Amino acid sequence: MARSDVRAAGLPRFLRAFALVLVLIFFLFPIAWIFLMSFQSNEQILRIPPHLLFTPTLMNYRALISGKLITAAGSLDLPFMRNLGNSALLSAASVALSLLLGVPAAYAFARFRFRLGENIAFTLLSFRFAPPLLVLLPLSLYFQELGLANTYVGLIWVYQLICLPLILWIVRSYFEDLSPDVEYAYRVDGHSWWRAFTRIAIPLAGPGIAAAGLLAFIFAWNNFVFALILASADKQPVTVGALAFVTASGIQYGQIAAAIVLSILPTLALALYAQRWLVEGLSLGAVKG
Amino acid sequence: MSESAEIALHQRAGVAASRGARLLPYALSLPALLVCIGILIPFGTAAWYSLQRYNLAMPFTRGFIGWSGYLDVLSDPDFWNTVEVSAIYTLATVVLELLLGLGIALLLRERTRLNNIVSIALLLPLMTAPAIAALMWKLMTNPGFGVLSWIVGAFGLTNFKWASDPNTAMLTVVLVDIWVYTPFMMILLLAGLRSLPTQPFEAARLDGVPGRFVFFRITLPMLMPYIVTATLFRLLDSIQQFDIIYAMTQGGPGDSLMVFQVRAYLEFFQYTNVGRSAVLMMILWAITYALSNVFVKQWLKLRERSHGAQ
Repeated sequence: MARSDVRAAGLPRFLRAFALVLVLIFFLFPIAWIFLMSFQSNEQILRIPPHLLFTPTLMNYRALISGKLITAAGSLDLPFMRNLGNSALLSAASVALSLLLGVPAAYAFARFRFRLGENIAFTLLSFRFAPPLLVLLPLSLYFQELGLANTYVGLIWVYQLICLPLILWIVRSYFEDLSPDVEYAYRVDGHSWWRAFTRIAIPLAGPGIAAAGLLAFIFAWNNFVFALILASADKQPVTVGALAFVTASGIQYGQIAAAIVLSILPTLALALYAQRWLVEGLSLGAVKG
Repeated sequence: MSESAEIALHQRAGVAASRGARLLPYALSLPALLVCIGILIPFGTAAWYSLQRYNLAMPFTRGFIGWSGYLDVLSDPDFWNTVEVSAIYTLATVVLELLLGLGIALLLRERTRLNNIVSIALLLPLMTAPAIAALMWKLMTNPGFGVLSWIVGAFGLTNFKWASDPNTAMLTVVLVDIWVYTPFMMILLLAGLRSLPTQPFEAARLDGVPGRFVFFRITLPMLMPYIVTATLFRLLDSIQQFDIIYAMTQGGPGDSLMVFQVRAYLEFFQYTNVGRSAVLMMILWAITYALSNVFVKQWLKLRERSHGAQ
């Protein structure tokens, strides 16, 4: 049916192929171009017109990994590897905490109808739609008083704003899709609800929990504004670090390109590795709930 | 799961509706809620700040001024510039992403190997951090060596300045937004398209109904719930855009990209004007709250439908 629909809509085969090629070029060209740029020296980058053929160099990556940038004006410290480590730590710890808090809550929302249940659920969902700065700006003042400013603990706590709603809603819908009969049978055998939850429900919802965790990790990794406001240089993730890097070393374009490649590589690799789960998670979180 | 099934589960499992069983769901969801309440307190604080004259640089002038902070903002031409810039950005990105996303979803509708590979490839921009995406496009549109500057130059636009020119800055950031978020629209609409029942399309094919008619009278109406949900999702994100614009130009050149959150950020950190920044955020929150109410209603309808169909 799909075939006849599209063909009847008046798009001959070669036009569709042409359109697909245009789409692929638009969406993939920037990534490919920055990737190529990261293997060029500044002189090669500044050539006009741009060259597609060049002798690749690893000097940009070497500078980033060694943390020392040698310029005409002298040597400059590059904390970029530290940013990369911060990103990994913040995202992984935030997702772990979110799973710990979110999976039991999702189970409660899916299995029990309780007073205030829907209200709590919607309060948690509404975080997804509130402007982040509304909370972050006053929070930056509080964090200073509480001594949480520029700490991993404070950042991981705030990252729950991104991770928790996502995990809650995706995992909830997975629990709802599971028939409660299996858990029922298990409990008739005399097991407690806790054993039914940990031995039956969680393993059965495993793929959903994995998809939600993965998506939350990527969103946490890609977050920019939380750390921009609440962290200074030594705690900043790559998103903020890369921007600071551009400001600090404005004209080292090769290193900037390499820094961009290193910042997006982990999420792109994860996305390619788990694309089926990811698409399902995105559609579930948005459409099905 | 229905309520009666849950009750049955408890009764048949020999669990009396004891206090413990009644409290269980609260015990399970409370930790998540508590963690979020800590983050909710600042929301109340922001509302309170918005009613004060409060500048960090002038702590002695701090005081309650009621609504007059709002009146000040509403009578400020800069504020209306922010409204205009935000509206243009939101409309341009959402409309273009919807049209492009729908077009691409229709192209990829068939489950062929090639189509699947293309739709996976389109995930990559969506998984790129928006702030980093802005930096990528900044490198490509650099007036000195940027490949896109060189390409438009080859078409005769030799002095095209992209984000550094107030006339083309909007176009540049909208382009980055489209690059990042069109795949999101595409994924949702493709999931919608592939879940449509096949009978109406088969009947139309047997009757020789022309393709245009099939698209406007069958495909589009059946896809409408997905289109509305995806559009509202993007609308709520786009009106709050910060990362792309801040990383690209920090709201400049001049005031040309001063959307709500960027202006609130600068009011807070550049002018230390906490009160005014809070007013701006409260106004943006009111707008998104109204929009998200529409969203939640629509989403509940969709949820009911998808659960009812099972």
